[in-house]
Amino acid sequence: MDYEFINDIISLYIEAGILTFRIALLGIVGAVVVGLLCSLIKYYRVPVLQKIVGAYIELSRNTPLLIQLFFLYFGLPKIGIMLSSESCAIWGLIFLGGSYMAEAMRSGLEAVADIQVESGLSIGLTDFQVARYILLPQAITVSVPAFLANIIFLIKETSVFSAVALADLMYVAKDLIGLYYKTDEALLVLVLSYAVILLPISAVFTIAERKLRYAGFGN
Amino acid sequence: MDKEKALLEIEHLKKSYDSNIVLKDISLDIHKGEVVVVVGPSGCGKSTLLRCINGLEDIQGGDILLNGEIISNRKRNMHLVRQKVGMVFQSYELFPHMTILENITLGPVKAQKRNQSEAVSEAEELLRRVNLIDKKDAYPRQLSGGQKQRVAIVRALCMHPEIMLFDEVTAALDPEMVREVLDVMLGLAREGSTMVIVTHEMQFARAIADRVVFIDSGEIVEENTPSIFFTNPDTERARQFLNIFEFDAVKGVKNK
Amino acid sequence: MQDLGIKVLFQGRNFIRLLEGLWVTVRISLIAVIISIVLGIVLGMIMTSKNPAIRILTKTYLEFIRIMPQLVLLFLVYFGMTKAFNINLSGETSAIIVFSLWGTAEMSDLVRGALISMPKHQYESGMAIGLNTVQVYKYIIIPQTVRRLVPLAINLVTRMIKTTSLIVLIGVVEVVKVGQQIIESSRLTVPSAALWVYGVIYFLYFGVCYPISLLSAKLEKRWNS
Repeated sequence: MDYEFINDIISLYIEAGILTFRIALLGIVGAVVVGLLCSLIKYYRVPVLQKIVGAYIELSRNTPLLIQLFFLYFGLPKIGIMLSSESCAIWGLIFLGGSYMAEAMRSGLEAVADIQVESGLSIGLTDFQVARYILLPQAITVSVPAFLANIIFLIKETSVFSAVALADLMYVAKDLIGLYYKTDEALLVLVLSYAVILLPISAVFTIAERKLRYAGFGN
Repeated sequence: MDKEKALLEIEHLKKSYDSNIVLKDISLDIHKGEVVVVVGPSGCGKSTLLRCINGLEDIQGGDILLNGEIISNRKRNMHLVRQKVGMVFQSYELFPHMTILENITLGPVKAQKRNQSEAVSEAEELLRRVNLIDKKDAYPRQLSGGQKQRVAIVRALCMHPEIMLFDEVTAALDPEMVREVLDVMLGLAREGSTMVIVTHEMQFARAIADRVVFIDSGEIVEENTPSIFFTNPDTERARQFLNIFEFDAVKGVKNK
Repeated sequence: MQDLGIKVLFQGRNFIRLLEGLWVTVRISLIAVIISIVLGIVLGMIMTSKNPAIRILTKTYLEFIRIMPQLVLLFLVYFGMTKAFNINLSGETSAIIVFSLWGTAEMSDLVRGALISMPKHQYESGMAIGLNTVQVYKYIIIPQTVRRLVPLAINLVTRMIKTTSLIVLIGVVEVVKVGQQIIESSRLTVPSAALWVYGVIYFLYFGVCYPISLLSAKLEKRWNS
């Protein structure tokens, strides 16, 4: 193991890690917005839109992110839509994550009994007030575990971004292996980088989930 | 003249789900201050009747009027109607993510846009009346079934409804908790609240009702005063229905 | 721009070649799935053990495999093993090793979950009607566990197929690689080939995964509602 070499390359990984993190953040925020919209459209059975959302969810969930990215990055320019590596990565993540988030939210919405909604209506709240004060707060609580699992899943999925020439962690590792043949060092730092990003998030999520499960309301 | 007019009028109400007819042709007037108890076998449509009155179900024929105004099948401003019609469900349906006080003040503050502190003080007053003031900051899951149901009644009352609907409110309760809920309702009746009560508690029905409505297979079979209905009903079907609640001793009694 | 790039698919054996490429992906997934299911069931049962050493060991394995992106695992095996042990693993073999390791972890967690979620009174009511332990498992516990497990295991198959798309990044000639070759060779004649080829590959994946997802959802609905 060439520790001097490791010392030299760490800054490359940090830079790449920050890039990965930034794109993941944007993609996840976008995915949450798309997911929330889609889940509400499906829950309220909005005509026409619910069919479109249904098709989107199936398309997105039944194809790999890598292929989605290739289509965005290599395919779309042929009809005049040029996207940078970064935009491709963000849009790809939103397209993929939106459907996963939608399913997580939807199962939360469906877990709220219809009669809870009726109970809200019966005290004279409007549909919008029922959604805001009764439906969503309860649905979100149910969705949290799936929601958090999706965030981890999406961060892991960012590892394929190197395929559309984004200089992320995988890209750096592959470069170092190819250029210097320092395979052990490159891989070690790669694994450590993902561990540093994902382990704390995973630990925090596990604790949050446990708190939520045992706390409930009023314990 | 206006005093003669019914508070709630139901005229030739029809309700069906696809081909399944639940309510055939229901006509019923309820006057201010009256307590009407609706009884009937399971699945006869009595709960559906309450849900129609509160606009939780569309109806397929007839009209429902409150203060002379048609309230059935309205698409707009139904929430304003519901603010005048209180409903208490069998399964309480308190909101699990809110404290007792928040449950009660949600409607007055958000739906009726009333002043927060005024709503809170009224809610506290009502909680005191049902002996639950010490639970105001608790969450629903910390309460017993009987306590939850009393809170649900208070939640509906705090809206100052013109009429209250009770849908089998004791059916999910342990026997020893039934009484505390029924006592609250008896109190309301004494104060002159207008109430429509669906129940299987026959003793209670007899005590509280001004009028008993017996529904079977989606139609009103008999309407009568409680004393006549429970002792000597006019119809054979009512007699058979009431027999279900009687038991004869099986053993040890010969030649009664 | 409207050069009817779709024709590139029908030149020569292009479409057949894409399907052959897809089969490479599906074959690798299926081999890994079978290994994962067998090993996953065994590991899942081991994981219900109360022995602390076993628990820590299996938990570490599970957490490591699940926290690392599958592409990182692929790199570790494909590049790392080659160098560390001086054995030359083909991309395909590396892929099968990695996806089996990953699938086993996922499957074992499903099995463990299904086993521990069985309520105690199911065992008790079986005993109460006079069944012996073997009969309780045979007639009560195993059928219910299987019903919980099968839809989830089928779902794992689609995840496996989707993940297998990564193998193009370690140089395996599969559907994407074939697609790239087609695009490359028709670069001059059909400039818009990339759009059509990647579009078709996209729907090929969808065509494989969607029916499997439907099956899983259908079984889930029929058995678990």
